[in-house]
Amino acid sequence: MPISTTVNGQKVSLDVDPDTPLLWVLRDDLKLTGTKFGCGAALCGACTVHLDGEAVRSCQTQARDVEGREITTIEGASDNLAKAVQAAWIKLDVVQCGYCQPGQIMSAIGLLSQIPKPSDEDIDKAMDGNVCRCATYQRIRAAIHEAADSI
Amino acid sequence: MQARRRTTAWFPFLMAAAAAIAGFFLQPIAAGRLSIRPALAGPTDGNLFTPIAKVLRDPRCMNCHPVGNRPRQGDDRHFHLQNVTRGADDMGFVNLRCPACHRDENNAYSRVPGAPNWHLAPLSMGWEGLNDAQLCTVLKDQSKNGGRDVAALVEHMSSDKLVLWGWNPGGARKPVSTPHNEFVDQLHAWQTAGAPCPATTP
Repeated sequence: MPISTTVNGQKVSLDVDPDTPLLWVLRDDLKLTGTKFGCGAALCGACTVHLDGEAVRSCQTQARDVEGREITTIEGASDNLAKAVQAAWIKLDVVQCGYCQPGQIMSAIGLLSQIPKPSDEDIDKAMDGNVCRCATYQRIRAAIHEAADSI
Repeated sequence: MQARRRTTAWFPFLMAAAAAIAGFFLQPIAAGRLSIRPALAGPTDGNLFTPIAKVLRDPRCMNCHPVGNRPRQGDDRHFHLQNVTRGADDMGFVNLRCPACHRDENNAYSRVPGAPNWHLAPLSMGWEGLNDAQLCTVLKDQSKNGGRDVAALVEHMSSDKLVLWGWNPGGARKPVSTPHNEFVDQLHAWQTAGAPCPATTP
């Protein structure tokens, strides 16, 4: 039976194995390749998307989990908060190789949506699940503060 | 004289009945189980809690009953990766909420464990470092255990799906060493005896 869900504001019907990781539904079936595969084991955060407004690891979320729910990927992150985060990322030139950055940005939006003025400790706690092999952590932290100040 | 003879005649039967009753209560229930019937366990028989404490101290239980704000994981009880913390509702801080990674069942592919309502026990139910007597007292304290009386505690440990996960942890994790049916028997024996707590650490 098809799975009905909403992705970036669009209702979609998914005819996939219910056990399929959401990550592969997004990338292979919906061609939303901004969300990255990193580890497949909830260890790196590269596949972070929002499910009903909360950050989740799409490699662990299964297709059957998203019935009737709302998914936002990096492609659909376009509200004022998302724009502020993206602007801060560009202003501070956060990105190096960029592979982890869709997940980093989705987590940054997730943090700022719940804690508009996060402390360094808040940022460290909320972003610890997103790994960056280029070690851009200091710029990520600065960009989150920059986005918070600009909102 | 006649009355004395009648009593004497009944004596062997009375002795046999007494022996049968004693034998019933003192016989071992089954191999590997308690060798004393709950009916004989007095309200001060805190030893009944000893095998229960062993289960509660198993990494599968204790990892999510910390005394601080950081859950642990693994048989070696290291801190949860990604510096996961308790959060305001015992389900993790922003972005690292329990359901962000843990589903309602174990993930056979990634080996991330899962069970319904995956979450940390409240801080009031932190068990690390407690001796048997303290553990028993905290367990029964309704101001700390979510308002559960002994029957509700036994029910929780007998059938709650998150508790039962400890016997089906998936991946390379060791299940709780005491079989669950034996644990339930131990709980019932303890409950029947009035849920006694040990006086001191064994």
